[in-house]
Amino acid sequence: MALKRNVSLATALRYKGQGPMLTYFLHRFSGLGMAIFITIHILASFVGGKSGVFVNSIYENWLFQIFIFFCVMFHAINGMRITIQDLWPKAIKYEREAIWVEWVIFLPLYLISVLVILRTAMGV
Amino acid sequence: MAVKSRNLSLNKRGLNFEMLMWIFTRLSALAMYAFILFGLIGALIMGARTQMNFADIMRWAFMPNVTHVQNTNVSNFALWASPFWKVIASGLLLVAVAHGVHGLVVIADDYLAAPRARQIVRIISIVFMLAMIVIGAYVIWSS
Repeated sequence: MALKRNVSLATALRYKGQGPMLTYFLHRFSGLGMAIFITIHILASFVGGKSGVFVNSIYENWLFQIFIFFCVMFHAINGMRITIQDLWPKAIKYEREAIWVEWVIFLPLYLISVLVILRTAMGV
Repeated sequence: MAVKSRNLSLNKRGLNFEMLMWIFTRLSALAMYAFILFGLIGALIMGARTQMNFADIMRWAFMPNVTHVQNTNVSNFALWASPFWKVIASGLLLVAVAHGVHGLVVIADDYLAAPRARQIVRIISIVFMLAMIVIGAYVIWSS
């Protein structure tokens, strides 16, 4: 049986899910980002040669490192929250509070990492 | 309109494939934390504290493959390229590919509602998953 949705696209775009919606979107975005770029990374390592080295050199660029580290860190920390809530359903009641805790853990870790990446890129 | 599965009581839902993959996604996430922590501790035991910077240690931890330490001051590559680490890397690869490909199927299911389309996505994803496991294992064991 096909899925039947009674929500139009315009309504969906107006949906204001706040914190949980944002983490849902970022979890999906970061998961897709990792899936696409790690696939290309494995294929580039497999192909090797000039083209493989060229693709892998993109991964060493500081801009890309900032992007992929966001994907990895956010997906890992948000995934930890989802896992805890799903395996211990009583915690779902405090989802919004958990999301605040998640940001408090994620932001310092990520910002310090970005600082380290930038310092290395600038050769400081 | 058909009965939604969420209207069924728990014991009527049973253990189907989707349920197993739902729990697998959670457990494989925990397994990946364990793998990453294991790679991190292993790197520190093998002397990463004086031979590598933090970014290189993280690169090694996320995938303990010897090519990830080639640009560091590591002196003994044989230690980092041992079959032990290749087995660990292969385990992480298996778990990560299965977790990732199932995630892609979940995303595709949100936008593709027709049963035929979902079936095609599943066939493509299985072929893709097997291909990435074989290619990834080749990269790990040949490096």
